[in-house]
Amino acid sequence: MTDQTTEPTVKAQSPLSEAWDMFRRNHAAMAGLVVLCCIVLGAIFGPYLYPGKPFEMAWAPFSPPGADGFLLGTDYLGRDLLAQIIHGARVTLIIGLSAAIVTVVIGVTIGAMAGFYGGIVEEALMRFTEFFQVLPTLLFSMVIVALFGASLPMITLAIGLVSWTAVARITRAEFLRIRELEYVMASRASGASGRKLMFRVILPNALPPIIVQSALMVGSAILFEAGLSFLGLTDPNVISWGQIIGSNRQYILESSFTVTIPGLAIFITVLAISLVGDGLNDALNPRLRQR
Amino acid sequence: MDFIRTIATRLFYAVSLLLAVLVLNFTLIHLAPGDVADTIAQSMGGADEEILDRIRADYGLDQPFLIQLGSYMARVLRFDLGYSFFYSMPVTELILQRLPATLLLVFLAQLLALIVGVVLGVISARRPNGMLSHFVTFFALFGYSAPVFWTGILLLIAFSLKIQWFPVAGMRDVTLIGGFWAHFWDVARHLVLPVITLSSIFLALYSRLSRATMMETLGSDYVRTAKAKGLSSRSVVYKHALKNALSPVITLAGLQFSAVVSGAVLVETVFAWPGLGTLAFQSIIARDTPTILGILFFSALMVIVGNLLTDFALRAVDPRMRGRG
Repeated sequence: MTDQTTEPTVKAQSPLSEAWDMFRRNHAAMAGLVVLCCIVLGAIFGPYLYPGKPFEMAWAPFSPPGADGFLLGTDYLGRDLLAQIIHGARVTLIIGLSAAIVTVVIGVTIGAMAGFYGGIVEEALMRFTEFFQVLPTLLFSMVIVALFGASLPMITLAIGLVSWTAVARITRAEFLRIRELEYVMASRASGASGRKLMFRVILPNALPPIIVQSALMVGSAILFEAGLSFLGLTDPNVISWGQIIGSNRQYILESSFTVTIPGLAIFITVLAISLVGDGLNDALNPRLRQR
Repeated sequence: MDFIRTIATRLFYAVSLLLAVLVLNFTLIHLAPGDVADTIAQSMGGADEEILDRIRADYGLDQPFLIQLGSYMARVLRFDLGYSFFYSMPVTELILQRLPATLLLVFLAQLLALIVGVVLGVISARRPNGMLSHFVTFFALFGYSAPVFWTGILLLIAFSLKIQWFPVAGMRDVTLIGGFWAHFWDVARHLVLPVITLSSIFLALYSRLSRATMMETLGSDYVRTAKAKGLSSRSVVYKHALKNALSPVITLAGLQFSAVVSGAVLVETVFAWPGLGTLAFQSIIARDTPTILGILFFSALMVIVGNLLTDFALRAVDPRMRGRG
């Protein structure tokens, strides 16, 4: 992992701190990171700091942002929109994160096995992946959520089940490339077992593109959840940003901010995540670094 | 001969994929708690066990799972997707009624995204530090990060409610009287906002990718040779480089078909577009399983056909692809 363009006078850096230096110099990515941290902190501590209740009628419906002491106004039932946004952030982030984890676990396992073993295993697993690519993602998870219940684990699973294919393809491509490298041969010759080769020898070097893709997966899982809850297929007792938009949608003639504000929240969160993902891509991808 | 064999393999593969999708969907629905009889009983306002059993016998639900699956597959192969008890009509007929609206939306959105995306990408690749290039980068991030239904609602608020340029919902004005062109114009006006909304996600993807590949291609040796021969920059870009930069974009577009269908569900809901998406939503809410199964089948079919078309488009653009099976 030594960088040949580095001046010899420069002190040797660990790959991690080198990547962090790259990342830090990327202003857009840093901005994204700061915004993302604020959102996460707000989701964790907001409900304790802000007294508003998301489900209680607090004021007259549709009072505009800033009026009557409600910073973001009230929704069609007169509920405090800011309280809803703060409480919704938790669900949105939890589902985004856990669905991304499911996605990565499935994708990396299948991609790694396909790329490592090759032959029939690879053929079968890639056919399996293509099969999941054919399924219309949102429709399929709509059906799962509608038929099997809209609990948080089920929504997470429904999103994870349809989104892992990209991760699997990337992992496989990396494994195909890396397994032919000399250091892997050496490790194989010295008698490393298949599992050790896969997860201890090859996987660490295949990680950079997988990490970037996982970061983007959090964003797309958030969008996915937003879509499901916008359609009203998620649990009505668990508030999320998409759900606020969905339930206020009929009233855009009376007031549009109840729809635009939660949408803005989703947009800013996903934008921050994709900026961070872009920054990670530049920082972790040595091929791009030389440009 | 080779070409025919390739097509045959592809078709065989596509059909087997489709059958696998059928099996998965049917199994999934079978595993879900509750069945058609429960739903029908609910819509009748409740029923006792005896009536439930009779409904189950009517729908063949008392048979073992494999027999149900077999008879369902056999019927699907004869293009019979069953009967929708919610809409009281055959599912195939129901879907074929709604399919054109969705196809129109999906096709136009992909086309718009591809054309505008590639044009934006190419122009900005020629001037990587120009205004337009920065705009494309920003726009790509916007398209990726904004929830598509929100984009739709924003456009709706801006261009149907505030400035009343376009109709709020639906596909046609039912009160309209007039000839073919009057109706054509009417549908076109209804199409504008949904198509722009749906294409916004993909426009972003395509412009970004074509900008990247175009920049890579413009830096390659053969482009330098073409320039050294004294060809004009315009002819180098549009005659030589574009063709090579296109194939990754087409590949990506092919991979997006399932996302386009998914996006269509949300866009159709926002604009009350009378297509498969709204039908899917309604039938899922009503638990109309024959219709749900039928829609899942048709949307998988759409994705597979889309993939096949992409494959052929790639072969047309990139001669290197033709040798492959």
